[in-house]
Amino acid sequence: MFNLPRYLKLLNPKLITQHVLSGDWLVLIAGLLCVLYLFQTLWSGEHAAKVQIRLGDKIYATYSLNQQREVHVHGKLGDAVIVIAQGKARFSKSPCTTQYCVHQGWLSHAGQAAICLPNQISLELMGDAKPYDALNY
Amino acid sequence: MKNTHIQTTVDDHRIAKLAAFAILLHMVEAVIPSPLPGVKPGIANIVTLYVLYQYGFATAAWVSILRVFASSLLLGQFLSPTFILSLSGAVVSLAALWLAMHLPKRYFGPVSLSILAAFGHIAGQLLLVRFWLIPHAGVAYLIPVFASAALFFGLINGLITAKLLYNKR
Repeated sequence: MFNLPRYLKLLNPKLITQHVLSGDWLVLIAGLLCVLYLFQTLWSGEHAAKVQIRLGDKIYATYSLNQQREVHVHGKLGDAVIVIAQGKARFSKSPCTTQYCVHQGWLSHAGQAAICLPNQISLELMGDAKPYDALNY
Repeated sequence: MKNTHIQTTVDDHRIAKLAAFAILLHMVEAVIPSPLPGVKPGIANIVTLYVLYQYGFATAAWVSILRVFASSLLLGQFLSPTFILSLSGAVVSLAALWLAMHLPKRYFGPVSLSILAAFGHIAGQLLLVRFWLIPHAGVAYLIPVFASAALFFGLINGLITAKLLYNKR
């Protein structure tokens, strides 16, 4: 009924030259630039420099990732332990029942985040300059 | 017993037929496995675009919104987050189409409209995800993937629509 190879065959040169008008090329190129720009800004792959810990709606603390450290944060349910080591950070202990935050493991790139909703604690890794400030309003 | 009749017009019948076709495509797509939730070809949008060209914006909007409602009922997702996402995508994508249809027709064909609608679709969904489902910047990581998919599938769907319109004339 619906087969992918046949669907992809629609990308043939004849069909493209026949149906893509000059303005369409403009839209296509603009779209491509837009996608490239998004990849570059959001997937910079930049190693993070700092970790920001949030408790509820407030910023609890910001630490450099360039250290070995255990941070104990008292959340809504109890004590959570956040470990910082070798430019990475993770939840190593959390009182929540789901443990999603712990299973998420090490975060190392700027922009990555781990959120523990039950305990209301979140980690967000940041580069030297936050890469997508514009999206944060 | 009084016999009550709802008066239906030719337009209503046409909208119903076209919406049924869009729903069919939506169903077909629902069973195709996707590498990432949310990345879909959006082949039902071909119908919306085709209808926009053939019958105008109002009919296209009807077909698109009816498709979202009926498909979610058939898939058992009515009023679930999936449905709301689908609806917000459709609404923003229609808004994008409405703006794009005023571009000069000589230079901007179905391919432009399809790509712009696809971008509108993900923009609508991502805004909703950002502000309602996952109010955190973590979603930003997936935006480039969604944007590439929108561009790619927008192009192919636009070509299909162009082919359908062209063959008809």
